[in-house]
Amino acid sequence: MTNHAGGVEGLPREKVEQFDRELAPILKRYPPDRKASAMIPALRLGQALFGHISPAVQLLAAERLGTSPSRAEEVATFYVMLETHPTGKHLVELCTNVSCSLMGGDQLWSYLKQKLALAKAGTSADDRYTLREVECLGSCGTAPAMLVDEEMYEQLTPQKVDAILGGLK
Amino acid sequence: MSDTLILSARWAKPNSAALSTYRADGGYGALDKALGMDPSAIVDEVKKSNLRGRGGAGFATGLKWTFLPKDVRPRYLTVNADESEPGTFKDRYIIELDPHQLIEGIALTCYALDIHLAYVYIRGEFAKQARILEAAIEEARQAGVIGTKLLGKKDFDLDIHVHRGAGAYICGEESALLESLEGKKGYPRLKPPFPAVVGLWGKPTIINNVETIANVPWIVQHGGDAFMALGAGKSGGTRLFGVSGHVNRPGVYEKNCDYNLKKLIMEDAGGIVGGRKLKAVIPGGSSSPVLAAHEIDISMEFDAVKAAGSMSGSGGVIVFDESACMVRALARLSRFYAEESCGQCTPCREGTNWMEGILHKLEGGHGSAEDVAKLEQVANSIAGNTICALGDAAAMPVQSFVKKFKPEFLAHAELRRCPCGDTGWGITQAPRDAVAGPVRYAR
Ligand SMILES: Cc1cc2nc3c(=O)[nH]c(=O)nc-3n(C[C@H](O)[C@H](O)[C@H](O)COP(=O)(O)O)c2cc1C
Ligand code: SF4
Ligand code: FES
Repeated sequence: MTNHAGGVEGLPREKVEQFDRELAPILKRYPPDRKASAMIPALRLGQALFGHISPAVQLLAAERLGTSPSRAEEVATFYVMLETHPTGKHLVELCTNVSCSLMGGDQLWSYLKQKLALAKAGTSADDRYTLREVECLGSCGTAPAMLVDEEMYEQLTPQKVDAILGGLK
Repeated sequence: MSDTLILSARWAKPNSAALSTYRADGGYGALDKALGMDPSAIVDEVKKSNLRGRGGAGFATGLKWTFLPKDVRPRYLTVNADESEPGTFKDRYIIELDPHQLIEGIALTCYALDIHLAYVYIRGEFAKQARILEAAIEEARQAGVIGTKLLGKKDFDLDIHVHRGAGAYICGEESALLESLEGKKGYPRLKPPFPAVVGLWGKPTIINNVETIANVPWIVQHGGDAFMALGAGKSGGTRLFGVSGHVNRPGVYEKNCDYNLKKLIMEDAGGIVGGRKLKAVIPGGSSSPVLAAHEIDISMEFDAVKAAGSMSGSGGVIVFDESACMVRALARLSRFYAEESCGQCTPCREGTNWMEGILHKLEGGHGSAEDVAKLEQVANSIAGNTICALGDAAAMPVQSFVKKFKPEFLAHAELRRCPCGDTGWGITQAPRDAVAGPVRYAR
């Protein structure tokens, strides 16, 4: 079990208030006695507001959904899109599964590592990018595909990758 | 053979996702017709249609619907939009390009089965699709298509919500999907009981794939017999086949469900890139056993592909030309299954890791002929010994690749390297123009 030292009180108050405001419409999607169903959306909201899903954010989600912190932790660590640790400013996730690699995904993986000066998946020295290989993104016809900050880009070439990363703030 | 398009007919229209576009093309007409029908008559039409699940297993949809216990309420509908099986990319286009067809299908299914709350479980990576679907549901609500009345005419409460996942292939498995929707990690449940009896929050729940449900409006409008007439054997209708890999024109093609696989690849998808020879085809998503080039002159109908020793599964066709390395491809797939195993059962958790490890060794030129034999043994020991079908899904590619391309595996052991080197993913590795039905995506 994680140590929840710091707890919800350690989170910036105005962000907790924003969390509560944005959680309210999400909760309406589930029956009132099934609030715990909103765990994934609640954690994603926490991630968007607080940067990553720290133990304090897990505690916040668990409290608001009337469930245990261990449930929040179990979910936060199970799903690959839920970040329990800080990432770089931009998340670059390239699919290297079969259909993408048949159209150049594997080569793009080498290209991206070189471009971001990384030997393997990880965060660049300036904390600007976190680079990862991911599994099939459901874009196999328009391969190769990647997600940048959770938005999909398809039919990638090195030139296109340069333009996409170059256009980021 | 007719060229009826059920699913992709509107995709090329401007503003195809708008309610007005859908309505102008007769959309929600099936729902209007259904309001004058007895709900059980809708179930009968779906049974007659021989609509079979498009999520992978090909289970008869009408039959599944009859498994709901008669007197337990509430019941729920969950639509499976997890679309995470490598090689599968069709449901996303239904949602992106014609979401109201799915919404009408949901409304019809709920009306037929006395269901008042439906969830669409969509994979977390489909951000754009989730936005489009949420907007379309809201548009339907605002227009009074759903809500407290259907089409503003018939008292019937219906809520439809989008639930976004967060990256886990296993959540496409129906019982893991339910766990995930209940706010837990995606551990598949032991079956029976099946979800139709004990499902979401312990209540009877129907789970169907996006494409399956999107067919329902057409079936209600034109009748189950007309749908069956588009298919063959025990499978009705058209299907969205996704063709990817070494073809000239990758993309999604809507064809009658008994369409010929060779024709799909060689004619519709423009044949093999660079005029090279075909080597192998995975016909129905990464979990379906691979076919060698000489085995593809078959109907894609579920039972026909089964008779040919594979599965038409999710309709995701992955094509390899002669320059591709089968060991490399299998090593990548095995890594996927090892990564995505939820770890609940020992044969799957351990076996997928072993297979990945052995294949990694072989591909790197550090394996032996014994490793190839061991690979088969491990695969055989997983199959049939697990809680959910991911175990089988991981074993089938290994069993079939090794069986059909054994000399290539042994060559890796003998030469102590990959004979293909950098071209292991094929000589031409570059994006190509692609299609989604009538829509063209230039590279
Ligand atoms: C590991 C695994 C992954 C699956 N992934 C999906 C998926 O992404 N989408 C889907 O519709 N069905 C998927 N299925 C099949 C579902 O369990 C279920 O059979 C299907 O959603 C039922 O709908 P259908 O009868 O309309 O096909 C998967 C099954 C397994 C074992
Ligand atoms: S077969 Fe694999 S994925 Fe399925 S429940 Fe067992 S361990 Fe989990
Ligand atoms: S293999 Fe990359 S999107 Fe499917």
